[in-house]
Amino acid sequence: MAIRERMSGNEAVAFAMKQINPDVVAAFPITPSTEIPQYFSTYVSNGEVDTEFIAVESEHSAMSACIGAQAAGGRAMTATSANGLALMWECLYIAACSRLPIVMAVVNRTMSGPLNIHNDHSDSMGARDSGWIQLYSENNQEAYDNMLMAHRIAEHPSVMLPVMVCQDGFITSHAVENIELVEDDKVKAFVGEYNPVHYLLNRDNPISMGPLDHFTHTFEHKRQQAQAMMNAKNVILEVAREFEKLTGRKYGFFEEYRTEDAETVIVVLNSTAGTVKYVVDQMRKEGKKVGLIKPRVYRPFPVDEIASALSRFKAIAVMDKADSFNAAGGPLFTDVTSAMYAKSVFGPKVINYIYGLGGRDVRTDDIELVFNNLLKIVETGEVGSVYNYLGVRE
Amino acid sequence: MSCKSCNLERKELSPDVTWKDITEGGTIADAGNAVLIKTGEWRSKRPVWLKDKCKQCLLCFPVCPDSSIPVNSEGNREDFDYDHCKGCGICVKVCPFKAIDFVDEG
Amino acid sequence: MGKVVEIRWHGRGGQGAKTASLLLADVAFYTGKYIQGFPEYGPERMGAPMTAYNRISDERLTIHSNIYEPDYVVVTDDTLLTSVDVTAGLKEDGAIIINTTKSPEEIRPLLKGYKGKVCTVDAKTISIETLGRYFPNTPMLGAVVKVSQVMDEKEFLEHMEESFRHKFAKKPEVIEGNMKALKRAMQEVKEI
Repeated sequence: MAIRERMSGNEAVAFAMKQINPDVVAAFPITPSTEIPQYFSTYVSNGEVDTEFIAVESEHSAMSACIGAQAAGGRAMTATSANGLALMWECLYIAACSRLPIVMAVVNRTMSGPLNIHNDHSDSMGARDSGWIQLYSENNQEAYDNMLMAHRIAEHPSVMLPVMVCQDGFITSHAVENIELVEDDKVKAFVGEYNPVHYLLNRDNPISMGPLDHFTHTFEHKRQQAQAMMNAKNVILEVAREFEKLTGRKYGFFEEYRTEDAETVIVVLNSTAGTVKYVVDQMRKEGKKVGLIKPRVYRPFPVDEIASALSRFKAIAVMDKADSFNAAGGPLFTDVTSAMYAKSVFGPKVINYIYGLGGRDVRTDDIELVFNNLLKIVETGEVGSVYNYLGVRE
Repeated sequence: MSCKSCNLERKELSPDVTWKDITEGGTIADAGNAVLIKTGEWRSKRPVWLKDKCKQCLLCFPVCPDSSIPVNSEGNREDFDYDHCKGCGICVKVCPFKAIDFVDEG
Repeated sequence: MGKVVEIRWHGRGGQGAKTASLLLADVAFYTGKYIQGFPEYGPERMGAPMTAYNRISDERLTIHSNIYEPDYVVVTDDTLLTSVDVTAGLKEDGAIIINTTKSPEEIRPLLKGYKGKVCTVDAKTISIETLGRYFPNTPMLGAVVKVSQVMDEKEFLEHMEESFRHKFAKKPEVIEGNMKALKRAMQEVKEI
């Protein structure tokens, strides 16, 4: 039987890490992810895990230590936010190209400046092309579940890529909510042991890692890395099926909420998807055919599946909690519309809203405004402005 | 899948390896495979061991960056490994007995 | 969809309004509810006004916005009444619960024409008399449960006792004082 508990998003992630009991955790505190290494270091000092906890002097060192530990043959984890993630930058690429399946909890916070500790997705969106798999989480439950699945995805022989598990800073990281936990022994059995093929501390089979590659070999390595990201798609679904058998909780590339007969949908990541669900329920009572598509897997981007799912609707609003500053639309919007174009899905009208930057609260009225605009587009056939801002003072 | 069975130690060195065959992340399987790269082709000047002048003091051997001065089981140096010697000339500078000549290649 | 009870807490950094909201979430969780307890982080300075929130429901909660139209507002420090618009959006059929030595009649004129129920409790005196120190959280928690009836009172007290036994396992002498503080606040909270 699952364990019914109440926990904040950060506690849930730290608890998952305790159950996973990795070989190494190297971390540096940064709001709002600080609590994760804080809780975890308590587990270490209480002897509840036998992890080597490395209190480093920066996030660059945290990721470097994880790279070293994982290359040596261990299972390494860390957590960070915003500028901490930015300070890891060069190491993110090295972890991914070295095919080191590190798992990192990212508690989304806006990138400075202006200086702000609150939530948006500018940190992890900036890292979207670093070669890491990115999973997004609506609430504490999903952050916990994604953490439990992350190692299975990352360490699969056909993948061998690092994974970021993202959740919204403060909004879910510091909100205490109900959660169902999986028993320790079941987590242990599900996650399993990490048995790398190549690792530095293998005396029977010594190797070198990270050699000079140049134009003779780098392109082949990048092509191979791209293949791993493609392979990850099947693995993510396989692991989700197994996880469903264990917990009854179903996960895919994205969640569809009340979309069966929907004419308009919002596409949005993380906690705002929960608020959209609430608004969908309210508007459905008034007979409005609205729904939600909530991507869980952003890297790899499920191009075929998302384009096919979206082809059924008349008007779609893609909501981005990060601006690309490309004068055209946010990252999720760009990916969604590219997917639709590439798959020749030209029917639906698609618009973009940049919302919630720097932790601006997203109210139910904001979401209603978006749906009402979509319903107007369906009624009139007129799209109007494609690239929009929601909730900014005009 | 081990390195030995998939024979990766050869694949990553080949200049025409495909992305399907190249090792993940550029991992080089098996230690000591530098011997497979014949860096001797890079040499423009060539050290020549003058055996008669050599006192076997072995000051040359430790300074060679390419392990191209073999030392036998009796503890004596032998002739250069020209497959790997890049012709840097450090051994020439170090030799107190002018027992290593340095000549143009070709 | 069942009724969701929404509560907004106003306090000052360091006074424990966040802790109180989390305690309320905890006890509601133990009585089988779906809960949310979350603070709104501002400057995080001792003494600075801060806000925390609770949602308590019989059904799963998905909404992740702040609370703009609360059923109940709790003010853990009456000096906030002049600087913070504590009744903003507060439902007229709800109530505001204030930690103060003043009576509800004295408080009402400070509430910008709020027409709903005004409740007061002297958490300071209760805290000092039962705990020997000023911890307004425990009495405020008792007052909120009494006024909101968000859970059964008997069940609430049972769960709190259990929770105190767990929390104060190493100093059981304070359990009785905390229970007294809860019960006294539940009895002494005044309303108009």
